[in-house]
Amino acid sequence: MDAETGKPSRIGRISAALPFGLLVALVFVLPQVATGHVYRIQLHWIPSLGITLSIMIDGLSLLFGLIICCVGFFVTLYAADYLPDTSDRGRFFVYLHGFLLAMLGLVFADNLIGLFVFWELTTIISYLLIGFENESAAARQNARQALLVTGTGGISLLVGFLLLGTIAGTYDIVQLSRQFVTVREDPLYLAILLMVLFGAFTKSAQIPFHFWLPNAMTAPTPISAFLHSATMVKAGIYLLARMHPILGGTFAWMGTLVVAGGITALLGAVLAIKASDLKRLLAYTTISALGILTMFLGGKTTPALTAAMTFLLVHSLYKSSLFLVVGIIDHQTGTRIINRLGGLLKSMPATAIATVTAALSMAGFPLFFGFIGKEIMYKGALTEEAFPVFATAAAVLANSLLTAVAGILIIKPFLGRQSTTPLIPREASLAMCLGPAFMGFLGLVFGVVPDWVGRWLIEPAVRAVHPSMEEIQLKLFYGFNEPLLLSILTISLGSLFYLIRQPLQQAVGSILMHIPLRFENIYTGAIDGIAAAARAQTAFLQNGSLHRYLCIIIGSVIIGVGLPFVTDNQSVVSMQRPDATFVNWLMIGIICLAVIAVIVARSRLLAICCLGVVGAGIALLFLTYGAPDVALTQLLVETLTVIIVALVLLRLPDLNARRTTPLKVKLSNAVIAVSVGTLVSLLILAVNSTELDLTITQFFEANSYLAAHGRNIVNVILVDFRSLDTLGEIAVVALAGLAGYALILKRKVD
Amino acid sequence: MPSLILKTATRLLIGLILTFAVFLLLRGHNAPGGGFSAALVAGTGFALFAIVEGPAVVRRAIRVAPLNIAMSGLVLAAASGLVGVLSGRPFLTGIWWIWQAGRPHELAIGTPLFFDVGVFFAVLGTILALILALEED
Repeated sequence: MDAETGKPSRIGRISAALPFGLLVALVFVLPQVATGHVYRIQLHWIPSLGITLSIMIDGLSLLFGLIICCVGFFVTLYAADYLPDTSDRGRFFVYLHGFLLAMLGLVFADNLIGLFVFWELTTIISYLLIGFENESAAARQNARQALLVTGTGGISLLVGFLLLGTIAGTYDIVQLSRQFVTVREDPLYLAILLMVLFGAFTKSAQIPFHFWLPNAMTAPTPISAFLHSATMVKAGIYLLARMHPILGGTFAWMGTLVVAGGITALLGAVLAIKASDLKRLLAYTTISALGILTMFLGGKTTPALTAAMTFLLVHSLYKSSLFLVVGIIDHQTGTRIINRLGGLLKSMPATAIATVTAALSMAGFPLFFGFIGKEIMYKGALTEEAFPVFATAAAVLANSLLTAVAGILIIKPFLGRQSTTPLIPREASLAMCLGPAFMGFLGLVFGVVPDWVGRWLIEPAVRAVHPSMEEIQLKLFYGFNEPLLLSILTISLGSLFYLIRQPLQQAVGSILMHIPLRFENIYTGAIDGIAAAARAQTAFLQNGSLHRYLCIIIGSVIIGVGLPFVTDNQSVVSMQRPDATFVNWLMIGIICLAVIAVIVARSRLLAICCLGVVGAGIALLFLTYGAPDVALTQLLVETLTVIIVALVLLRLPDLNARRTTPLKVKLSNAVIAVSVGTLVSLLILAVNSTELDLTITQFFEANSYLAAHGRNIVNVILVDFRSLDTLGEIAVVALAGLAGYALILKRKVD
Repeated sequence: MPSLILKTATRLLIGLILTFAVFLLLRGHNAPGGGFSAALVAGTGFALFAIVEGPAVVRRAIRVAPLNIAMSGLVLAAASGLVGVLSGRPFLTGIWWIWQAGRPHELAIGTPLFFDVGVFFAVLGTILALILALEED
C-alpha cells in the first residue's frame, strides 16, 4: 500500500497566512515589550458592568502569543498535507483558526470576563476538534468528556472571577494586581482560590482531572500537537501565571500548586513509561510537563518563576515537534504502536533527525534548550518556599523518567530491525517535515544562545508575573553547583530507567491494578448517574400520558398561585352584581350546558364538538362586551382546534369506545378541576375589585394613531408597540409546528 | 368520499375564504383583523380544501413546503425590524412612508405591515404543516 492519501489542501495552505501574519505582527512588538512596555488597546463592551474586550500585550501574553502563532503556523501547513482528501477539510481549518483566535483572545485579554469568554470558546472549539471524526463513537465520547471536565472547571472559574470582581470592585487584571493585599486578606480569598484553581486544573489536566487528556488523543494528530501540547492545556498554566500577582504567594497557593503539580508530574511520567501507543505516551508526558509547570508557578521566587517560563517554552517547542513527528510516523507507516515500529531511520531520515533534536531537548542534553530549562528548574526547586525537598525530588524523578521516555522515542521507532508496518514507510512531504524540524532545530538554537532568549522572551514574561529587580540570566553553564549535580543525576537515572524499562513497566502495571480509586471511574459514574436520574424523572414526569401532564401543570398552578393567594390577605374578593343582559345570560347558560355535555359525552368526537361550543360561546361573550378582536381570534382558534383535534382523533385506535375510568381517578380529576376553576374565578374577582392602572392604556390610546398610524389598538400593540414579544411568539409557534411535524413524521416512520 | 354539495361549495368558498383572509390581514391595523386572525382564516380554508380534495392537491396548489412558508414568515418579520436598525433606531422601530394622495387621503405604508405579513406566513405555514401532515396517512 502507498502512504499517499491525496492532494494537499490548498485552502489549508493559504490559511496558514493567518497565523504567519499574526506571528510577524507579534515579532514587531517584541522589542518594545522586552523593554517593559505594555501595549493596551481599550475596547468597551459592556461599560455599565465595567467589562471590556481589551487587548493587553505584556511579556507574559507575548510569550504565549508567539508560541500559539508559531505552532499554529506549522500545524496548519502540516495539516494541509496530513488530512485525507475529503470534503471535511474546510471545516477542520475553520475550527483550527477559530481556536487559534480564541486562544490569542484568551492570552491578550486584560479583563477577567473577557478572558473567561475566550476560555469558554477554547473549550467549545476544542470539543469540535477532538470530535472532528464525528462518525467515530470513541471520538464523540472523548470529546464530550473533555468538554464536560473542562466546562465544569469553566463554570467554577466564572464563579471565582465574579467573587474576585465583587471584592475588588473591578474586573481589570492590571487594577486587580494592584489590589492583591485586599484580595488576599478577604475572607473569601480561599473560596476564590479554590474556584480559580479548579478551572485551571481541569484545563491543564492536573490530578485528579488528568484523565481526559490521553482520551482526547482521538483528535487528528495536528490537533493534538496544537491543542494538547502548546496551547489549550497551557491555558490553565497561563491562568495560573496571570493570577500569580493577584492570588499567588500565600501558603495555600504555594502548597496546593507544588503538591498537585508534583504528583501530576510524577504520575504523568510513570504512565508515559508504560504507554504502548506513541500518541498516548506523548499525552502522558504532557501531563507530566504541565505538572512541572504548575509546581513552579507555585513558587514565588524569581528562579522558580524563571524555571516555569523557560520550561514553558522548552516544552512547547519539543512537544509540538514530537506530536507532529508521531503524526508523520502514523501517517506514513499506518501504526503508532511502539512495538510494531523499528528501523525507520533508513526510510525516514528527516523525520528521524527532527525526532532526535526534539527528544534530546526533552531529555535535557547539554547544548539543547531543554538542558538550560532543567538547570533553572533545579535552581528554582531548591528555592521553593513550600516543600522544597519534595519539589526537587519530584522534578528530578519526573525529569529522569522523561529522559527515559525520550530514549524510547529515539531508539524504538528508528533504530533496530526494520519491522513490517501496515504501510510501506517512506519520507513525508516537505510541508509536514518542516514544522517538527524547525521547532526541534529552534530547541538547539535557543540552547546555544540562551542569553538572547532570556533577555527577549523569558525575562519580560517573568517580570510580568513577578516584578522584582532580581537578575534573570539564562546561561549554558552556571559552574559546578547543585543544579549541575542534579542534572547529572537525572541523566544517569534516566539511562537506568531506560535500561530497566521492562520490569518498570510491569511494576507500574501491577501497581495500577491494585489502586482502587480511578478518577475516570468517578467521572463515568457521575455521567451515568445523571443519565439515570434523567431517565427516572422523565419516566415520572413525561410518561406520555396527557392526563398526567395536565395534572402536573394544573396542580402546580393550584399550589404555586393558590397558596400565595390564600395566605396573602391583601387580595380583596368582592362579589358584584354582574352587568349582563338577557342575551349574555343565555350564552352563559349554553356554555354551562356544553361543559356538562363534555363531561358526560360517551364519544370523544362529541366531547370535542361540545368544547367547540364552549369556545364559541365565550367568543360571543367577548363580542358583546366590546372586544371584537379577541372574539374573532377566539372563534377562529376554536374552529381550527376542532379540526385539528378531529384529525388527531382519526388516528386514535378506539374512536367511540371510551375506557371506563376508575372512580378514584374520576374523583381526583373532579377535585383538580373544581379547584382550578374556583381559583381562577376568585382571581378574576380579585382583579376586578382593584383599581385598574390606566397609564399604559391611555398611552396606547393617545399614540396609536399619531405614532403608529393605526386605529386598532390591539393590532398596533401586537405589530408595533410590543412587536418584539410578537416576534418571540411567532418564533415559538413556528418551532412548535416544527416539533409537532417531526412527531407526526416519526409516527409515520414507526 | 365527501358529498357533492360539500365539494362544490368548497370550490366556491375557498377563493372567498382566502380573499377574506387577505382582507383581514390588510385591514388589521385599523379594524379587527391582523396577521394572526388572517392566518387562522386561511388555515381553516386550506383545512376545508384538504378535507375535500385530499392533502396532495393542497400541497400542489401552494407549491412551497409549509415549513418553508413558516420560516420565511419569521425571516420577514425579523427583517422588517432591521429596517429600524439600519436607520439608526432600535430594532423593530416602526418606519413609515406616507404617500399623499390628495388631501385628505393619504396612504401610510410602514414596516409594521411587513411585520404583520410575516406573522401571517409564520402562523399559516405552521398550521398547514400540521394539518397536511395529519391528513396524510
